Amino acid sequence: MRKDDSTLKPVPDGPPPAPVVQRLRVRYAKRGRLRFTSHRDISRAVERAVRRADVPVAFSAGFSPHPKISYAGAAPTGVASEAEYLEIGLTSPCDPERLRADLDGSLPPGLDVVDVVVARTGGLADRLECSAWELRLPGAETGLATVAVEKFLAADRVEVERMTKKGLRRFDARAAVLTLAVSEGTTRTAGQKPGPSCVILRMVVRHAVPAVRPDDVLTALRLVADFAPPVPPEVTRLAQGPLDESTGEPADPFDLDRDATRGGDPGSADHVVGDL
Amino acid sequence: MSVESLFPRLEALLPKVQKPIQYVGGELNSTVKDWDEATVRWALMYPDAYEVGLPNQGVQILYEILNEMPETLAERTYAVWPDLEALMRSEGLPQFTVDGHRPVRAFDVLGLSFATELGYTNMLTALDLAGIPLRADERGDDDPIVLAGGHAAFNPEPIADFLDAAVLGDGEQIAIAISEVIREWKSEGSPGGRNEVLMRLAGSGGVYVPKFYDVEYHADGRIKRVAPNRPGVPWRVNKHTVMDLDEWPYPKKPLVPLAETVHERFSVEIFRGCTRGCRFCQAGMITRPVRERSISTIGDMVEVGLKESGFSEVGLLSLSSADHSEIAEVAKGLADRYEGTQTGLSLPSTRVDAFNIDLANEFSRNGRRSGLTFAPEGGSERMRKVINKMVTEEDLIRTVTAAYGQGWRQVKLYFMCGLPTETDEDVLGIADLAKKVIKAGREVTGSRDIRCTVSIGGFVPKPHTPFQWAAQCDDETVDRRLHALKMALRGDREYGKAIGFRYHDGKPSIVEGLLSRGDRRVGAAILAVWADGGRFDGWSEHFSFERWLRCAAEAGIDVDWYTTREREEKEVLPWDHLDAGLDREWLWQDWQDAVNDVEVEDCRWTPCYDCGVCPTMGTEIQIGPTGKKLLPLTVV
Ligand code: SF4
Repeated sequence: MRKDDSTLKPVPDGPPPAPVVQRLRVRYAKRGRLRFTSHRDISRAVERAVRRADVPVAFSAGFSPHPKISYAGAAPTGVASEAEYLEIGLTSPCDPERLRADLDGSLPPGLDVVDVVVARTGGLADRLECSAWELRLPGAETGLATVAVEKFLAADRVEVERMTKKGLRRFDARAAVLTLAVSEGTTRTAGQKPGPSCVILRMVVRHAVPAVRPDDVLTALRLVADFAPPVPPEVTRLAQGPLDESTGEPADPFDLDRDATRGGDPGSADHVVGDL
Repeated sequence: MSVESLFPRLEALLPKVQKPIQYVGGELNSTVKDWDEATVRWALMYPDAYEVGLPNQGVQILYEILNEMPETLAERTYAVWPDLEALMRSEGLPQFTVDGHRPVRAFDVLGLSFATELGYTNMLTALDLAGIPLRADERGDDDPIVLAGGHAAFNPEPIADFLDAAVLGDGEQIAIAISEVIREWKSEGSPGGRNEVLMRLAGSGGVYVPKFYDVEYHADGRIKRVAPNRPGVPWRVNKHTVMDLDEWPYPKKPLVPLAETVHERFSVEIFRGCTRGCRFCQAGMITRPVRERSISTIGDMVEVGLKESGFSEVGLLSLSSADHSEIAEVAKGLADRYEGTQTGLSLPSTRVDAFNIDLANEFSRNGRRSGLTFAPEGGSERMRKVINKMVTEEDLIRTVTAAYGQGWRQVKLYFMCGLPTETDEDVLGIADLAKKVIKAGREVTGSRDIRCTVSIGGFVPKPHTPFQWAAQCDDETVDRRLHALKMALRGDREYGKAIGFRYHDGKPSIVEGLLSRGDRRVGAAILAVWADGGRFDGWSEHFSFERWLRCAAEAGIDVDWYTTREREEKEVLPWDHLDAGLDREWLWQDWQDAVNDVEVEDCRWTPCYDCGVCPTMGTEIQIGPTGKKLLPLTVV
């Protein structure tokens, strides 16, 4: 049988696509075994879920129209997250809670829709200033971890290297780390009983360029104190949002959209703002 | 005996491998049934990487049908890439299913679907990782029955030593029948062990159990005879044909992968079989007769499939989709239904002569244009007569001109190199044809902004076709002709820049030829290649011709004897005892007609020419038109 997937440029015709009348902001989680999805995997899954759920998503103009869904700072493949964000442009207004339930029901279990708000403000992506991360390190020793963290926090700079799309880069992994703490807990594999005890690192990291990721911090701990966990860590992004100076933690980035709604007309579609 | 999930152990390895998502399962519409509530448990394997295996229709259909049976469960497994294989070996993690992550050895049946012979080494990897003895005669009652299906199973002899059984043809009904036989045998307390259940399967005449047949050879290496070695085993094994496709509207719940795969669409088979009679085409010969799915069932399947999957493209599959008796109504009906929904339609397999621009326009109405591909296969008029691809140069130029005239800017042309009786001139004729295509396109559009791509690969003679007796062209000749064609295309100052050229060299075709027409002795070469590290032979970055030649020689296999040697009429072919329904005398006559440039018409539109299938299968061609139309979907 012949395989043929050549896509050719069509001749222009047809009406222009329907305009965006409402933008919804979606917080979703990738959990358990679905943490192994890549960003591209997630965007395909979301596009299909949108179709399955009959969401009136807007399409771009042009010969290969694509749905108006944009993503902000996705967690790397292999990292679980409780706080990923996307924004959908709609051609007719939807109730956020209904869309949350529909979309959640149409995504595979493990990609879960947590919260949806109507976009009332600009620049959600700019508001994602920092992330809270949790790293579970099975088989690591708490004492060694504590020493390493103390040394790391005492340093002004800790240079690490990582392969990026642009090649090997060298950068400071210290300055972006706002807090870093050690505790003890148990591993938790997807759908399984709690496993053996492990070291837990919890940190809040400011988003920077290049991004300082949890594995960069682990690299830094190895550099400053020879601390190296025996197996790959289980990493979860717990939250991301604007830095709340009073707590040192990320605040809910949807707060502003919810505040803007108060007193306004929540169903109104004449005022469309928001862009990631 | 309950079986634990291997996932926690696998999970620890996943951060260390490429594209870990392919191993975790959890696809939309996948099923994990309760292990203990099932009596008959199937592991279904497509022996290639997940990205190729997941979209496979055969596996998806059987997975769904078997899981619908109350006492049966089916899970899927795919070939793991070498990075994970190495980790699994060092950690002692066995081959697992992606659904329940259960060890493959714990299942009753390991069903392998072979679309091509190049998956044979991957089968050995899977068996070995699973802890199942590679050789069928070394397996015990605790091992699954290793069962092959798919087109390559029409000559399973090269892997006969590794198989317990093989089935020919459509899998739907025979999979259910096999499940029933196993269920009954287990409910009786599994009397007589695996030999008895294999005997029950073989006795039905619909399941081939290689070890119940002995092969005797002449001193010169040719086969003397293949005969059953015990009573109750039939001399010939029949293929299976689902006669009413409307009764089997699968897949209903297409699997939707998280990982990226080679086909990101919902596919519906619109008919099976093909009687165009292209002599090189094994698929066309072994899937006869033509059985159409009705326009109403196609419409229903597309509706359900899109709803269940969320795919944005529908592929209408068959061996030559534009030949469906109501293709125009199907295309228009679907384009109307999905107008404005950004749903693309594609016809992955079209023929020049069956193609018309109205149809192409219908298919591109909802936004995307895909699939302007024609397969003249042979470069000269004479060559096309030999292979019975009844397309004249005028047909091709007329169709292509119309396409360019309607705004299409690129066409792809498929050809084969190394066809029987082919000369250098036949292959160079492809360059002339491509230039004429560009010339005609420039004239009709008045523009130089049009392109055509020539794709060409080596021809492999296949069992159950008129070319089963033919000498395969050696790889040096194929490569020399491909090089000459490339020079002729590239060197042309007027048209060269408008013509793209893509080719596969002749070496993989020789290995495919060895595996396609090999007999049981070839198994030693496959085993040697695998033991030497051979994996993923369908992937050019993994395929090693040098390894195949070296290992085959070490195993005492003369590759030339199996590939470039022409067979005589009376020679016993390794697959003669496997009945595809085709009359051997008709095949031979068609082979003689081929070398004499005699063409044969399609029996859908002209009288039956007695290929033998219909009387053997007790059936006839099943085509429309039904006269029905697709109505708009009601909006809820
Ligand atoms: S038996 Fe006759 S009608 Fe049937 S497929 Fe063969 S040629 Fe066609």
